[in-house]
Amino acid sequence: MTALVTGLSFLLALFVGGIVLFLAGENPLEVYGAMFYGALGTWNGVAETLVKTTPLLLAGLGVAVAFRMQLWNIGAEGQLYWGAIFATGLALFVIPGAPGWVMVPAMVGAGLLGGALWGLIPGALLAWFGASEIITSLMLNYVAILASEFLIHGPWRNPQGFGFPGTPSLPTAGWLANLGTTRVHLGLLFGLLAALILWIMLRRTRWGYEIGVMGENPRAAHYAGMPTKRTILLVMALSGALAGLAGMSEVAGIGHQLQRNLSPGYGYAAIIVAWLGRLHPFGAVLVAFLLAALTVGGDQIQMSLGLPSAIAPMLQGTILFFLLGGDVLTRYRITRVMG
Amino acid sequence: MRAISKRFGPVVANDQVDFEASWGEVHALVGENGAGKSTLMSILAGLYRPDSGRVEIDGLPVRFRSPRDAITQGIGMVYQHYMLVEPFTVAENVVLGEQRRGVDLQTMRVERELTELSHRYGVGVDPRAKIWQLSVGEQQRVEILRLLYLGARILVLDEPTAVLTPQEARSLIQTLRGIAEQGFSVVFISHKLDEVMEVADRISILRRGKIVATTTPEETDRRTLARLMVGRELAELVEHPADEPHETVLPGEAVLELRGVSALGEKGLPALHNVDLEVHAGETLGIAGVAGNGQRELAEVVTGLRRATDGTIRIDGRPMINMPAAEIARAGVAHIPEDRLATGLIGGMDLSENAILRNYAEPPLCSGPFLSNKAIAAFTDRLITDHDVKAPGRWAKVHTLSGGNQQKLLLARELAGQPRLIVAVHPTRGVDVGATEAIHAALRDQRERGAATLLISEDLDELLALSDRIAVLFDGRVMGMLPALGADPEEIGLLMTGVGSPES
Repeated sequence: MTALVTGLSFLLALFVGGIVLFLAGENPLEVYGAMFYGALGTWNGVAETLVKTTPLLLAGLGVAVAFRMQLWNIGAEGQLYWGAIFATGLALFVIPGAPGWVMVPAMVGAGLLGGALWGLIPGALLAWFGASEIITSLMLNYVAILASEFLIHGPWRNPQGFGFPGTPSLPTAGWLANLGTTRVHLGLLFGLLAALILWIMLRRTRWGYEIGVMGENPRAAHYAGMPTKRTILLVMALSGALAGLAGMSEVAGIGHQLQRNLSPGYGYAAIIVAWLGRLHPFGAVLVAFLLAALTVGGDQIQMSLGLPSAIAPMLQGTILFFLLGGDVLTRYRITRVMG
Repeated sequence: MRAISKRFGPVVANDQVDFEASWGEVHALVGENGAGKSTLMSILAGLYRPDSGRVEIDGLPVRFRSPRDAITQGIGMVYQHYMLVEPFTVAENVVLGEQRRGVDLQTMRVERELTELSHRYGVGVDPRAKIWQLSVGEQQRVEILRLLYLGARILVLDEPTAVLTPQEARSLIQTLRGIAEQGFSVVFISHKLDEVMEVADRISILRRGKIVATTTPEETDRRTLARLMVGRELAELVEHPADEPHETVLPGEAVLELRGVSALGEKGLPALHNVDLEVHAGETLGIAGVAGNGQRELAEVVTGLRRATDGTIRIDGRPMINMPAAEIARAGVAHIPEDRLATGLIGGMDLSENAILRNYAEPPLCSGPFLSNKAIAAFTDRLITDHDVKAPGRWAKVHTLSGGNQQKLLLARELAGQPRLIVAVHPTRGVDVGATEAIHAALRDQRERGAATLLISEDLDELLALSDRIAVLFDGRVMGMLPALGADPEEIGLLMTGVGSPES
C-alpha cells in the first residue's frame, strides 16, 4: 500500500514537473532521462550521489532520533557547522602534527562533541525552562553559521588564501580515506555504522524503550518515573552529535578545510530524510540516497542541458511535495461529512 | 431501526439490529462495553452510516449524512463529552449549533425561547449563564435544552449519569421522564442497572452487536438483566453491596499516612486542603466525591506525580513526600491512574512494551543496557494468563484492546510486584461488567493478601462493595469518614455535594 502510494506520488510529481518543463520549452522525457543518467547512469554519478548521501544520512539520523521522542530538533544545520568547526580547530591548532590513527578518531570525537554541545543548548532550555526546542534550535542555526563565517573571515583565515575566505588546509593526516579515485569517503561508512548502532539502540536497549515511551506518551513516561529531563538532554546531545559528525566528515572528507557554504542546507534536508524515512534508521539510509540522487541529477541537467538553474530545485520541490503529500494522505483519510 | 449492521474492519459492532423506540417512552439500552450501544446510537444520530439496514421515523425511511441531518429530522444525541464553548453563555452556545444565514445572531430572541422551553420541559437552565460557571450536571441540561431548541423529538443520551452525583442523577431522571410524558422519545444508554430499572419504560439488552432481549422493568430484575448482558451468571453481582458482609480483617499497621497534606491543582489553585488520611495493611479506604474535588490530586501526590505544598506523607513509616515517582513505586506503591490510555498505558505500543513499563530496567528483563526479549515475552505471557487479558497476542497494540482488557493489563502490571499500597482511581470506569467483576476480585485478593488500598471512585456501589471505610472529598477537604458497612448512600451523596461541615 505504502510502496504503491509512494510510487504513484513519484509518477504524479514527474507528470506535473513535466508540464512545467513542457511549458518552458523542454522535452520532459529528455530532461528526466538526463537527470537519471546524471545521478545513477555512470559510476561517477553514483559516486557523487554517495558523497551527497553521507551528510544527509548522518544529519537525518540525528533528526530522526530526536523526532522519535517528539523533540523537534530543527537545528541539525547549526549542529553540523559546530561539528565542522570543532574538528577543524582541533586538527589545525591543537594536534596539527598527529599521525592519522590519532588524528581521524580525535576529529570524529571533536565533531561529535561540537554538535552535541550545540544540541544541548535547546535541550537544556527545554528541560529547565520549557522553551520550545523548535524555535531555539532553529535560531541557533544562524548563530552557528555566522560563527563559522567569523572564523573563516577572521582569526582562522588562511594567510596564504589570496583573500579568499576559508581556513588553511587540514593536515593530510586528517583527510578521510577515499574509495578508489572517487570522492566517496569514509564518512559514508560512519553513516551506515551509525544507522546500525542506532537501530540496535532503539530496538534492543532500555534507552531505546525509554525514548519510545516518552515519544508515544510523555505522561506515561512521567507516570513510570522515567528521567524525562535527563533523557531530553541525552537525546538532544546524541541528535546534535550525529549532525556534528556530518559536519566533520564534510570537512575531513570533501573540503579539507572549513569554508563558506559548507552545507547547502543538509541540516534542513535531514528533516525530510528523517520524516520520509519514518524515523527508522534504515529508512533514513534509503531516503538520504534518493534525495542525494535528486540533487546530483538536478545539478547534472543544469550542466548537460544548460537548463536555467531554477529548474532543478523546482523538480526536487515538486517530487518532495508529492512524496510528502502521498505520505500524509495514506496516514489520514479525508471524509466528506457535511451535506 | 431495522436490520442495522455496522462493522469496523474485522469487528462487527452491530449485527442485524432491530431497535424501536415509541413516542412518549423512555427506552433504556444496556449492554457491556463493546456490545455496540454507542455505535448503534451514533448511527441513529447520523454520526456513522450503517453498512446495511435502515432507520425509519413514523414508518418512513430516513437517511442521514451527518448529525445535522439527523437533528433536522428530529433526532438529537447528548454525548459523554459535552460540546460546549466554555466562555460563552448558554444562549450563545445554542446559537452556535443553529445554522442560519445572516450576521445578526438574535441572541435575545434565542434567550427568550430557551427560557420558555426550559420552563415547559422542566430543564431549569438560565440561558444567560456562562458555561464555565455551570456544574457538569447543568451543562448536561444545556445539551438537552439545545437539542430541544433545535427541534429534536427523539433524544439519545449516552451514559448521562456517569458523571453525576446521586442527587443530580435523580433529578435528571425526573426531567427525562417529564420530557417523555410530553410525547417525546428518550433513549437512555447506561451500565447502571438500578437506574435503568427506575427510569425506563422498556429495556433493550445488546450483547456482542445483537439485541438479545427487550423487556420492561416490571417483567425483569437486575440479576436477569445482568445475566442477559454478559450471557452468563455473575459469580457475584454488585447489587446490594452495603448488605454484603465484609470479612473483618484485623487492620494491620498503617501503610499510608497523610498529615495536613495540601497541593495545587492543574490551574495553580489550591486543590487539596490539609488532608489527613490513614490506610492500614489489609484495609481498603474508599474516597468518594464528585469529579474535580481533589481526587486526582490526592492520587498524584501520594504516587509522587504532583508536588505537595504542605504536610507529611509516610509510606510504611518512611517519609515519602515529594519523592520521585520511581522511588515511590520502588517502595511498593502501585498506581492505577484514572485515565488509563492517557497516563497508565502507551496506546501505540504493544502489550509487552506496556507490560514492562514498571520493571524494564530490572533483571531479568534487562541486563546491562540490553532488554531481553525472551524474559519480556515470558513476563508478558504471565500477566496475560494470570489476569485473563484477551488479546490477539503480545504484539497487538494496546489501543486495539477493549477498555476492560486494557484495564486488566494495567492492573496485572501494577499488581505484579506484590505492592504494599495500591492507589486505584476509577478502576472500572468505562469497563464492562465482566471485567469489572474480575478487577474487583483482584482488588479483594490484594486486600486479603494484606495490601493497603486507596480506592478513588465516583461509583458509590463500587466504593461500598470494596471499601472498609469511606472518606468523602469535597473541594479538596475530607468532609467525613464513615464505615462502609451499613453506610447510607444518601448521606454520602449529601457529603459529596458539600452539605455538612468538614470533619476537622
